[in-house]
Amino acid sequence: MKPYRANLMLCAGTGCVSNHSFLVREALEKEIKKRGLENEIQVVITGCDGFCAEGPLLIVQPENIFYCRLTEKDVPLLVEEHFIKGRPVKKLMYTPPDAKAPVPKMNDIGFFKGQMLVALRNRGLIDPENIDEAIARDAYKAIAKVLTSMSPEEVIQEIKDSGLRGRGGGGFPTGIKWESCRNAEGEPKYVICNADEGDPGAFMDRNIIESDPHSVLEGMVIGAYAIGVSEGYVYIRHEYPLARDRLHIAIDQARDYGLLGKNIFDTGFNFDIEIVRGAGAFVCGESTALMASIEGRVGEPRAKYVHTVEHGLWNLPTCLNNVETWANVPGIINRGAEWFASIGTGDISESPWGGSKGTKVFSLTGKVYNTGLVEVPMGITLRDIVFEVGGGIPDGKEFKSVQTGGPSGGFLPADLLDLQVDFEQLTEAGSMMGSGGMVVMDEDNCMVDMARYFLAFTQGESCGKCTPCRDGVKAMLEILIRITEGKGVEEDLDLLEELSHFVIDSSLCALGGSAPNPVLTSLKYFREEYEAHIRDKKCPARACRQLNVYTIDPEICVSKGHGCGVCRRECPDNAITGEKNKTHFINQDACEKCGVCFDVCKFDAIQIT
Amino acid sequence: MPKLKIEDLQKISDKVRRTTLLREGAGRAKVTVHMGTCGISAGARKILDALLKIIEEKDVKDIILVTSGCAGLCSREPMVTVELKDETPVKYVDLTEDKIRKIFTDHVLEGHIVTDYALAIGSERTR
Ligand SMILES: Cc1cc2nc3c(=O)[nH]c(=O)nc-3n(C[C@H](O)[C@H](O)[C@H](O)COP(=O)(O)O)c2cc1C
Repeated sequence: MKPYRANLMLCAGTGCVSNHSFLVREALEKEIKKRGLENEIQVVITGCDGFCAEGPLLIVQPENIFYCRLTEKDVPLLVEEHFIKGRPVKKLMYTPPDAKAPVPKMNDIGFFKGQMLVALRNRGLIDPENIDEAIARDAYKAIAKVLTSMSPEEVIQEIKDSGLRGRGGGGFPTGIKWESCRNAEGEPKYVICNADEGDPGAFMDRNIIESDPHSVLEGMVIGAYAIGVSEGYVYIRHEYPLARDRLHIAIDQARDYGLLGKNIFDTGFNFDIEIVRGAGAFVCGESTALMASIEGRVGEPRAKYVHTVEHGLWNLPTCLNNVETWANVPGIINRGAEWFASIGTGDISESPWGGSKGTKVFSLTGKVYNTGLVEVPMGITLRDIVFEVGGGIPDGKEFKSVQTGGPSGGFLPADLLDLQVDFEQLTEAGSMMGSGGMVVMDEDNCMVDMARYFLAFTQGESCGKCTPCRDGVKAMLEILIRITEGKGVEEDLDLLEELSHFVIDSSLCALGGSAPNPVLTSLKYFREEYEAHIRDKKCPARACRQLNVYTIDPEICVSKGHGCGVCRRECPDNAITGEKNKTHFINQDACEKCGVCFDVCKFDAIQIT
Repeated sequence: MPKLKIEDLQKISDKVRRTTLLREGAGRAKVTVHMGTCGISAGARKILDALLKIIEEKDVKDIILVTSGCAGLCSREPMVTVELKDETPVKYVDLTEDKIRKIFTDHVLEGHIVTDYALAIGSERTR
């Protein structure tokens, strides 16, 4: 094998690819060839590094130099300076907000420094389409270990002792689930990987598969051995073509090596995996709906008292785990339950329900500088995620709230920023771990409007099978819309609370069972915002436009804008009058409060009261 | 591809080891070739090529080779810095292909500093 002196690890996650990282790759390869460096410098395509806001990303190893926002145009300079003359190019490096100088090394950048990679331990370090590179980073070692030296019961005990709990939403202890499935009557049994990931804005599972598909496959093989299964499925969201391709490639390569299929490592153990494409509905991520969907039926949930570990796919015992849950398994086997349990909070010596162990991957979005994908240890505070890893709130705005747990997670206020992120503490505060969505909101977000937004999502995704979710969530949404339009009445607040509890208690699945969380938490922590909408007909964040009164500051309009007239031309209701160099005026009777004038005025002359 | 045996995992791992170490930035030693304009015109490129060739010939897996800018002593180029793990860096000057070969075998592989070619032991302090 030829020695390379540098590897250029180019991020090819979905985010960077849509920012044209493949064009950067072509340009790099061309330029490297032109300069005769093709035998010393290799361009490697990796999975997502998580810092999607700054993509396309390139990390130069062994020096650990981090370049961001690359375009093809930057390539000749980069090759000339860094790879020929050995001078890393400052202007292509990352400069943190409020900092003067760029930070050259990836490991020194705040976004990466605060993270702890377990599920994503290979991200950016391997080419996900090359199984040898995964093997060099210990992939499939854990299978060798369990197949040759551990009984299925020992594997289950190890997972129990690690404290691993499901990363797909429910937080169910994984070892207990495996054990119930192993003990259930019926053959054959199945394992399934849930890669449906329907939460809007979330991409934890996509990222894991795109950067290290083998970790998921290996986890499934280990689970299958522990439970006594020879067939598995990955149910993957249809909108994830890149992840699906990489999974296909990984499965083919693993089969080629005999790591999937018959008689793995000559131990007599058989296991193979099939990929099933998701049916495109949020509810299909729910366990029973997902299994119905694999069977070719409509993806609707059924009542929970019949457990899928006993009566799952084709009515046979089935163990369903989330992508991230599976990806954690090989590490636990290789490094031991004790190591895993040493990360996180709580005490699991009595039962795995007692704590939150290991790490959690979050997709951090909304009003933070560093949006992207982060893996952090359980027990980290919300403050550290938002302000250290996330880099804080842009544009000097004030933090208002963070929603954890996806569209049905609760909104947590600033005085809970020191809350530790674990299953118990989040649930206690009215939110949840969920599958790892995290949305940060600032002073410009109206909490009533945000509750309306997320409820509109869950309402739209309700499958309609049970009445509480179908009609209850809809009734709640109508009330919220009314309030944001200034038509709310005082009794609405009690009614919302009552409906919330009714929907939570009586829905068939956790879609309805958790959908009211944004409403309940905003009522609890931001009640004054509801009251302002109802009593004063005002939106304190000025986000509910129907409640705003738009006027023009005559002074600014003339002195700064010279009566430019953009607002007049853009107003869809012809509510603005005025002429060049003179002040403009909004006719309140004609104004429909769309706010377009506010959006288009470059001189901040439009005022909201 | 024939089915893997358990031992094969280690073989594959060894084969790719150079790449893995490179990406983790973890080697037993680091050799820096100074490639400023002066270094390049004095023949640093040849030194770099020679190093790559030796590494391939000897199939060495745990040495990291990097380039950097001018080291400030243009008259003594080509120049490299050899840094064994946990030891002080040593700068070598006025290099030729033969000299670098000797430095590689003696110092990098066996740990004996080639004092005849060494300029100084230790690095400037950076602040
Ligand atoms: C409406 C709804 C959507 C869900 N979507 C997902 C999903 O996209 N991915 C996932 O892993 N779990 C999802 N779940 C949770 C699954 O029902 C199930 O608890 C999980 O896949 C079990 O795996 P775990 O124990 O490893 O977390 C969803 C649940 C509900 C109620």
